[in-house]
Amino acid sequence: MNWIWSNLDRVGELMLVHLALSVPAIILSFVVSVPIGWLAHRYRWASGVLLSLCALLYAIPSLALLIALPVFTGQRATSPVNLVVALTLYGIAVIVRTAADAFDAVERDVLQSATAVGYSTAGRFWGVHLPLAGPVLLSGLRVVIVSTVSLATVGAVTGVQSLGSLFTDGLQRGIQAEIIAGILATIVLAVVLDGLTVAVGRMVMPWSRPGMEAARSSSASPVEQADAA
Amino acid sequence: MIEFRGVTKQFPDGTVAVEGVDIVIPPHKTTVLVGSSGSGKTTLLRMINRMVDPTAGQVLIDGTDVATVEPVALRRGIGYVMQNSGLLPHRKVVDNVATVPLLRGTSKREARAHALELLDTVGLDRSLAEKYPAQLSGGQQQRVGVARGLAVDPNILLMDEPFGAVDPIVRAELQQELLRLQEELGKTVVFVTHDIDEAFLLGDQVVIMQQGGRISQAASPVEILANPADDFVADFVGARRGKRALHVTEVDGQRLVVDADGRPAGVLAS
Ligand SMILES: Nc1ncnc2c1ncn2[C@@H]1O[C@H](COP(=O)(O)OP(=O)(O)OP(=O)(O)O)[C@@H](O)[C@H]1O
Ligand SMILES: [Mg+2]
Repeated sequence: MNWIWSNLDRVGELMLVHLALSVPAIILSFVVSVPIGWLAHRYRWASGVLLSLCALLYAIPSLALLIALPVFTGQRATSPVNLVVALTLYGIAVIVRTAADAFDAVERDVLQSATAVGYSTAGRFWGVHLPLAGPVLLSGLRVVIVSTVSLATVGAVTGVQSLGSLFTDGLQRGIQAEIIAGILATIVLAVVLDGLTVAVGRMVMPWSRPGMEAARSSSASPVEQADAA
Repeated sequence: MIEFRGVTKQFPDGTVAVEGVDIVIPPHKTTVLVGSSGSGKTTLLRMINRMVDPTAGQVLIDGTDVATVEPVALRRGIGYVMQNSGLLPHRKVVDNVATVPLLRGTSKREARAHALELLDTVGLDRSLAEKYPAQLSGGQQQRVGVARGLAVDPNILLMDEPFGAVDPIVRAELQQELLRLQEELGKTVVFVTHDIDEAFLLGDQVVIMQQGGRISQAASPVEILANPADDFVADFVGARRGKRALHVTEVDGQRLVVDADGRPAGVLAS
């Protein structure tokens, strides 16, 4: 444990580096997945193809991907760009199905009534369909956050600095505390990012608070309440 | 006035939902479309605001073929209320009511102020304005739905089984409320239900539909009871049975009205 206290600076620095790798990948995969998910929701024929492609993506071994990517990106093998691209691809693989589900899950009645009162096609997407898909999209985003933060450590193997460097370094020099510090810091980072996301989600979607479900069931008709009891 | 001229709707999968419909829906009156499930009521209703376009025939509003009107603009000028209210779950009650004025470009302040007045109109307490639809009871949600339908003061109000999902007591209350509102506002209301009692209670004109989207009879409730067009109609409105097949019997010098099962319905006033 002494190692941790005397190397707090180093851990903090790597946390920031780790953050700089994960956050762009998380945002990119979310931004790319939402339209893909929408296409999969909208076009039946596209749905099978897109979802299978994304599942395949996830099956590529991460190390192999990291080694192969420089060929496509034209960057040095140790460049962080490769890692961000790889993380983005995995992120997409993780979230696309959830994104499609998020759009599927919005009640048809609500969409139809939006059309009936005079929403245009685009207005309905931005004003109704997308916001109502929000809670499920958020749950997908949370999974991506945790998986990306954790996966980013693998970059250390190909020479990209991150909290994973604490694993490789600790292993080489036989410092167990360093490895433990790496694991703890990764978990803390994931938990903090997740917590922040949940807080922001509550703020922009106050209508999706868990308490709202309780409100809905307590306002159900007496018959339903009797059934539930 | 809304007019259907030889209107047929066949969906791409081959289902003929409505066939050869000719009806005139008079202004400032309530017309009720009634029929069993799948008889094409919703389809017929949705052809008025172009949610569905007919495959043959024309729908005219005040003489204008709706096919020539841009659908989004058309819908913003027609009130629409549906079962389960169709409210936007992510908007507060007041913003739900203000939806269409906001879409039409009314300022937010003005739209909200008017929305609050509409809550009064439909008998809802203003304290509900800042709640979300999920925090309201089913009956309250329906009232919000009606308020939203009235928000742009439309001439036409389309209602698709608006009271279908609430319990009988609340339904009776909402029906009375609609009658009161209609007395005040005099909209052209087209109301869909599969409950013949509701149809007779609310309708100035009742349109009875049968499977395949054909109209069996379109007339006032009195006319339908007095002269059912055919056996289907007589059977559908229950003219020969139950609580509508009344007859008079004398008990201790009083003339009582009893139904087909012998249950007393009332005393014949002299
Ligand atoms: N989009 C559609 N595609 C194919 N068939 C449809 C579509 N919408 C409705 N139908 C069919 O058209 C017929 C009439 O449907 P409609 O919804 O108008 O009936 P309804 O009288 O409103 O019934 P309910 O009382 O159940 O609401 C039904 O057979 C229905 O299955
Ligand atoms: Mg219907």
